[in-house]
Amino acid sequence: MELLQQFGQQMVNGIALGSVYALIALGYTMVYGIVKLINFAHGDVLMVGAFAGYFVLTSFGGDASKISNPLILILAFIIAMIVSAIFGMIIERTCYKPLRKAPRINLLITAIGVSIVLENGARVIPWIGPNPKQFPTLKNIGFLEKVSDFIKSATGVYISPVQIISFFIAVLLMVLLFYVVNHTKTGKAMRAVSHDMNAALLMGIDVNRIISFTFAIGASLAAAAGILFALNYPQVEPYMGIMPGLKAFVAAVLGGIGSIPGAMLGGFIMGIAETLTKGFISSKLADAVAFGILILILVVKPSGILGKNIREKV
Amino acid sequence: MKKNRFFNAITLTVTSASLYILLALLIFTGIIDEYNGQLLTLAGIYVIVSLSLNLITGFTGQLALGHAGFMAVGAYSTAIIIMRLNVPMIPAVFAGGLITAIFGLLIGIPTLRLRGDYLAITTLGFGEIIRVIMVNLEGLTGGAAGLKGVPPFSDSGDFILDAVIKFSWVYGFVIFTLVVVSNLIKSSPGRAIISIREDEIASNSMGINVPYYKMFSFTMSAFLAGIGGGLYAIYFGYLNPQMFGFLNSVNFVVIVVLGGMGSITGTILAGIGFTYIQEWLRIFKDFRLVIFGLALISVMLFWPKGLMGTNEISVVKLVRKYFFKNKNSDNSSSGSPASGESQSEGVR
Repeated sequence: MELLQQFGQQMVNGIALGSVYALIALGYTMVYGIVKLINFAHGDVLMVGAFAGYFVLTSFGGDASKISNPLILILAFIIAMIVSAIFGMIIERTCYKPLRKAPRINLLITAIGVSIVLENGARVIPWIGPNPKQFPTLKNIGFLEKVSDFIKSATGVYISPVQIISFFIAVLLMVLLFYVVNHTKTGKAMRAVSHDMNAALLMGIDVNRIISFTFAIGASLAAAAGILFALNYPQVEPYMGIMPGLKAFVAAVLGGIGSIPGAMLGGFIMGIAETLTKGFISSKLADAVAFGILILILVVKPSGILGKNIREKV
Repeated sequence: MKKNRFFNAITLTVTSASLYILLALLIFTGIIDEYNGQLLTLAGIYVIVSLSLNLITGFTGQLALGHAGFMAVGAYSTAIIIMRLNVPMIPAVFAGGLITAIFGLLIGIPTLRLRGDYLAITTLGFGEIIRVIMVNLEGLTGGAAGLKGVPPFSDSGDFILDAVIKFSWVYGFVIFTLVVVSNLIKSSPGRAIISIREDEIASNSMGINVPYYKMFSFTMSAFLAGIGGGLYAIYFGYLNPQMFGFLNSVNFVVIVVLGGMGSITGTILAGIGFTYIQEWLRIFKDFRLVIFGLALISVMLFWPKGLMGTNEISVVKLVRKYFFKNKNSDNSSSGSPASGESQSEGVR
């Protein structure tokens, strides 16, 4: 019984973490789906978002160490998402767009370069600096604490208010994304561009605008994920985006890169696998397990769980 | 043709030997001071690993992002073989290379079926896994605290003599790597490897065993990277899993791309240049990596082919041109402009 309870606890932790990974993975998968680029800077855009959120929360929140007003949290999300979206678009326009026709390795190295610049740029900015900063924690959100206590007494599994928020914000954003991609004109254009960029261009779709838009959406999702991540592990620092970024990439590949539902599924699987490893095997191996999964999936089914097989054309 | 080959071998041996004597003398007399001697030695190690990466990325066209992991395997196994088994240095370095080659083979079997970005990210994953394993195998590797006390190349107590000896060993291994890579590239398997880079499907339909040659190149690359790692271990005398992180793998990719993918001389120039630039950028302290990143982006944007593209600087051709003008020897041996008679010890 105890084992089962512990298992349940790790599953809950995994789903909460997985929802964050899923949000990041969506950015990877959309960008990959359209420009075929592993956006190494995606994790660092997450860091930018987390810092934007941090500055909003500490400057408007009154008491710097805790968040008591949910409206400020929402404000932090919105501002962080906008800031990151702008970052994402600027990066795309200045660094990736000129290389759209260049060999893939150049694009990849540029992405790594952008990532290095963002990380170390954050380190030298005096307001950010190299040292980790304490992220404000949630306090006195009575309703959520009640829910959390109720679940604890009913099932014995503890779900923290942050985990509840993570899950619901992630699901909300995913639903929103689903609507945008599947039921709006821009979304249709996005799907068209990812299907065949040249044909989309011929059909009168403004490909550059759509690509910018995709980067903006991906970056804003990453920003939301960044704040959620910072709420879970209450600190922010310039290198915070690397590991979640890599794991989310694994999640995107796991689900089938280019597939939006795949990224969500992959994110949850990655989160659960990681917390189960931490809980039952060894916390040191958690990072290795993420990559182990990646290699396993690539060997068994390289197109991912929900990905389509691409036939080779000569 | 045979005479040509003989001539080439002589020219290259003479150039590399005279260059070695020149540099060693410069270090010995203190004209190149100890610090620069050390840097030059480190540059040699970087050149070895970058050449190994160039073999798989530049010549075979398979982007690998985990070479620091191979280097780690080579470094740790060499260090452990020397420290635990008291094996002399040269066999230990080669044994380290062989162990890394076995690792490369095992990693290559599943991953080389993948292409492009997928391969890049899988090799990245393996690099990280190797690092995590090194941290966790505390009994053998010392874990996160690191492995101390790898015996140096020599400890005569004389700094200058030590510097010269260090340099000599690494130089010797650079020559070894160069000979292996450049001869491999010009051999029949080398042509097959290059054809895979040019067009995998086409070379497959021409009857080239693509998986086999990919595997071959990958294992060879791992072997050389392992040798580089072994030298690295002896050079620093201390190993820590942090020394083989993702950013180090990126450094080697940067060297290869800056030098020009598929150019041996380019890799050598870029490897030496990179080592020095990294040192010079230290005066910018925290801004060092920002500048590095910006430089990387601008090179990719404005200079995408790197220093040399796929061209080479050929000592043999230079020697022919300036010393044997009247002979006007036949050009049959330099039929393909891309590889030509390109040995490049002379550049170092």
